Amino acid sequence: MNGFDDIKKIIIKKPLKLDCGVTITDYPLAYETYGKLNQDKDNAIMVFHALTGDQFASGKNPITNKDGWWSYVIGPNKALDTNKYFIICANVIGGCMGSFGPSSIDKKSGKKIGINFPVITINDMVNAQFNLLDHFNIDKLFCVTGGSMGGMQVLQFIANYPDKSKIAIPIACSASHSAQNIAFNELGRQAIMADENWKNGNYELENKSPAKGLSVARMAAHITYLSKKGLQEKFGRKLQERDKIKFGFDADFQIESYLRYQGSIFVDRFDANSYLYITRAMDYFDLSKNSNGDLSKVFKNTKTKFFIISFTSDWLYPTAENREIVIALNAINADVGFLEVKSDKGHDSFLLDVPDFVNALKNFVDNSYKK
Amino acid sequence: MKEEFKIIAKSIQSEKSILDVGCGDGELMKFIYENISKKVRGLEISKDNVQKCIQKGLTVIEGNAEIDLKQFPSNSFDYVILSQTLQAFLNPEKVISDLLRIGKTSIVTIPNFGFWKVRFNLLFKGTMPVTKTLPNEWYNTPNLHMCSIKDFVNFCNDRKINLFKSLALTNNKVSSINKFNLNFKNLTSELGIFLIEK
Repeated sequence: MNGFDDIKKIIIKKPLKLDCGVTITDYPLAYETYGKLNQDKDNAIMVFHALTGDQFASGKNPITNKDGWWSYVIGPNKALDTNKYFIICANVIGGCMGSFGPSSIDKKSGKKIGINFPVITINDMVNAQFNLLDHFNIDKLFCVTGGSMGGMQVLQFIANYPDKSKIAIPIACSASHSAQNIAFNELGRQAIMADENWKNGNYELENKSPAKGLSVARMAAHITYLSKKGLQEKFGRKLQERDKIKFGFDADFQIESYLRYQGSIFVDRFDANSYLYITRAMDYFDLSKNSNGDLSKVFKNTKTKFFIISFTSDWLYPTAENREIVIALNAINADVGFLEVKSDKGHDSFLLDVPDFVNALKNFVDNSYKK
Repeated sequence: MKEEFKIIAKSIQSEKSILDVGCGDGELMKFIYENISKKVRGLEISKDNVQKCIQKGLTVIEGNAEIDLKQFPSNSFDYVILSQTLQAFLNPEKVISDLLRIGKTSIVTIPNFGFWKVRFNLLFKGTMPVTKTLPNEWYNTPNLHMCSIKDFVNFCNDRKINLFKSLALTNNKVSSINKFNLNFKNLTSELGIFLIEK
């Protein structure tokens, strides 16, 4: 892949002590921005990406040449209106789109860091990205938002910096990664590690790629992003370019072919070790761990206005888990709104053109900015 | 804005915190927000109504009062409003006790089943009443626990709930209810508006 040299990045000099104990310094953080920062510097929105996202939230991703992952949401006159707001999105540390991650080059050895990369957490990701406020000389953000792992980062951001954003919109997420979600992530990691080309994480040194394992990981995860109803309606038992089943293990069904395709395009743009590290960070996410399970305590000092959004058919981060956050905020009388959007599109709803979602987001953001 | 909302709004002091339970499309909340207090929030069961509230820039939580009121801490609001919804709950008694717990003052309004038109319907027509404040037929009404003004007053008295202001509304005319005119108001009023405290 070419074009990495053109990616915007800052080198963060300030040392960051990771939760695992390792301190990192002089590390790159790749980012992208949309819209313009106004003179008062009160229109900045920080968007956090999900597991396989990156900083290219809108427009064309110059590396993959595909539309940004939140193109439905970010752009002129869209929910996050780039005519009004200055939107910042960074690639998380541990990622593979220019930020410090397993595919970064180790300065000492001159080789890719690979499996020697320290284990990171959502907290580490957020603390690294917080440096962007200094970089842009922004004292306080107008909004922090994101879906799925992006939503977890929103929660962590407010927990760490209670007065650094006016509003917060965590979408389709959870304050504590569930056993089921850890299980699915473990399935993905095991698929990668079972690939003989993974080479204990040192595949890059041997010019190999655990593409099959990563592809299976993506296929399994992709199922969890959809809903049963959505799958049934889109694919049913339809056959793939054939009139009848072939009594073999080729992709007879369209759903099989679709998943294989999703897996195959994913390996071109994503690093297998990054997948291990980022899923691990999600698994370790348990925001109320240090307050004996009392999530309210985590947000005790915040004056941030929250709006939490879930989706009816999302079984990966179901409404009940989103509601836990609402309940915790209500318990401390925080300013919190909540909407469960009706959608058949499963967890992926937040990435898709779901009008009820996009409209509610736009209305909330615009109304909050006015006040 | 309907007369009932005007009376509720008049009962609220400025800059106090308000929770509107079953806030509908946010009409009352918006009025309160613009004229009385910015510290107003809503709880609403209908997704469409929640969207309408968000459109108006109001803070609203999608939820069911019978399940979700319990998450609000005690004495967390100066006022809790429950407008013409009490009769639709499975357990109105539980909801009232939650309102009293959450709010320093609760404002509860009820469509009066003691209203003469209601009685007339049942007495002479022999059919379930359909009136302005009770517009549905028996088979599609959301109302499970209808009560009259007198029933509600008795309910409060039996439970030692401090009923410190009772108003009656008929044809947009407001009047006070007291123990001397209770039977009369119970017959002549479409709507009862009550301010209650623990």
